Amino acid sequence: MNLDTSLTVAGKELKVIRRKKSIILYIVIVPLLLSFGFSLIVQNDIAPPSGIVSNYQLGLESLTYFFVVLAAVLPASIAAYSIVGEKIEKGLEPLLATPASDGEILLGKSIAAFVPPILTLWAGASIFMVAVDYLTYIELSYNFFPNWTSGIMLLLLAPLAAIFSIECAVIASSRVTDARGANQIASLMFVPFMAIFLAAVEGIFAFDLDNLLIVSGVVLVVDVALLFLSTATFRREEILTKWR
Amino acid sequence: MIETRNLTRKFGDVTAVDDLTLHVNDGEVFGFLGPNGAGKTTTVGMLCCLIAKTSGSARIAGYEVGNKSDSVKIRRLIGFVSDNVGLYDSLTAYENLDYFGKLYKCPEPRRKENIERFLKMLGLWEKKDVPAGTLSKGMKQKVAIARALVHDPEVLFMDEPTANLDPESAKTVREFILQLKQEKKTIFLNTHNLDEAQRICDKIGVLNTRLMALGTPQELEYSVGARKTVILLDEVSDTILNALKRLSPGKVTRDGSTLTIELANPNKENPAIVRAIVGAGGNVQSVSITASSLEDAYLKLVREKQG
Repeated sequence: MNLDTSLTVAGKELKVIRRKKSIILYIVIVPLLLSFGFSLIVQNDIAPPSGIVSNYQLGLESLTYFFVVLAAVLPASIAAYSIVGEKIEKGLEPLLATPASDGEILLGKSIAAFVPPILTLWAGASIFMVAVDYLTYIELSYNFFPNWTSGIMLLLLAPLAAIFSIECAVIASSRVTDARGANQIASLMFVPFMAIFLAAVEGIFAFDLDNLLIVSGVVLVVDVALLFLSTATFRREEILTKWR
Repeated sequence: MIETRNLTRKFGDVTAVDDLTLHVNDGEVFGFLGPNGAGKTTTVGMLCCLIAKTSGSARIAGYEVGNKSDSVKIRRLIGFVSDNVGLYDSLTAYENLDYFGKLYKCPEPRRKENIERFLKMLGLWEKKDVPAGTLSKGMKQKVAIARALVHDPEVLFMDEPTANLDPESAKTVREFILQLKQEKKTIFLNTHNLDEAQRICDKIGVLNTRLMALGTPQELEYSVGARKTVILLDEVSDTILNALKRLSPGKVTRDGSTLTIELANPNKENPAIVRAIVGAGGNVQSVSITASSLEDAYLKLVREKQG
């Protein structure tokens, strides 16, 4: 595996992404809307009457966790498109005729699907945290962020969730024969993370450090397994001979 | 440079390429002719390590097709122009070439030099910063050809490079291939265009799942039957026809003042024929030899298989 080749592939993918306005809008607008929307929710709906600080904390953690869910949504469609789109543009044959290996190509595409959404997501989360800190400082005289929980969520679990969704999208897009199918499968990747969110809302799951580290560990193991699976299931010949 | 031995590829019960044995020498332009579905693209796919073979063997520059480590070496040696141009529409022509040059690990100075050289040769240097999606079909095809050459491959595989191009673009591409031929590049050219094959190729193979014929264009033309001598006279008289009958050279047909004679070896038999005509009082204006065309040969071979 040559990282240089993967970075070359990633560089080209990033150039393409940069010139696709719909993708840029998608990965920039969604986290920004989320951050502004959540800030308004914090301001209007769950501003704490004194004495119910714990509910307030759960609300903020749940909203922060939503950025993890988003991390499982945004990169998947880019990853799915980067393989299916290659086939649509008929670029896969010349690409596969180069000395680049399947693993190098897939890693490059995954890097390109990972970096822009995770950066915009972190930017959105930062705006949200600054806004919330402003409000909590006024209401409670302290800054809620940063804290370990949000750190684990945004710096560990969100990237792992993004990698999970990218790998699932890569596997899906190399098995389906059209862009719509790949996008439909990719759009389902947020479901496990959404389930955790709902479990927390229902009180079955707590966003504490231990639980978040366990979830992160599980996602890490799944990511490693999917990494091997995505390379092993990438059938260049099937893609070239069966896709039309 | 390229060698296949009993190369076969089956897709389920369907045999796409059957028992293909051929040899392409270093610096040779090899034309692969055949109807749609004959297995030309599958053959190129196998040789470019894109599609696995079912049986048989193939070697390129001594490297074994299908061997995992050799496949990477083969891919470094070859350039591939697919039947679809497959450019990235949002990247410029230059960026498309640069990307592939990097994937082939072509050093930057050589990459830049080659991109400029090939885009200039193909008349596209002025369009280098234009998004590929806005180029015409012919221009895209030229960029795709330049893309296959950007790393200086030893062998170039081209799958119908002039198909669907307007005559002018097709001519430019053909002239470019001829330039590459002068540079002693080994070229494996899949084509439907018989005239193109005749003009460009040193050797031609006719494939219709199985290899039907292999040889130089001239050998293929001669393989389908007798050549003809066409003699234009002032006037064709009965005396001349009788003189030819006595000589019994071959089937003689008359069309006004033109005689067409089917001969096994015109170069050897023509002097005696001309002497007989002149001796019978004929006034010969011109003598020419025509052979069966490559098209005749191709159609005969393909129909034989279908029949």
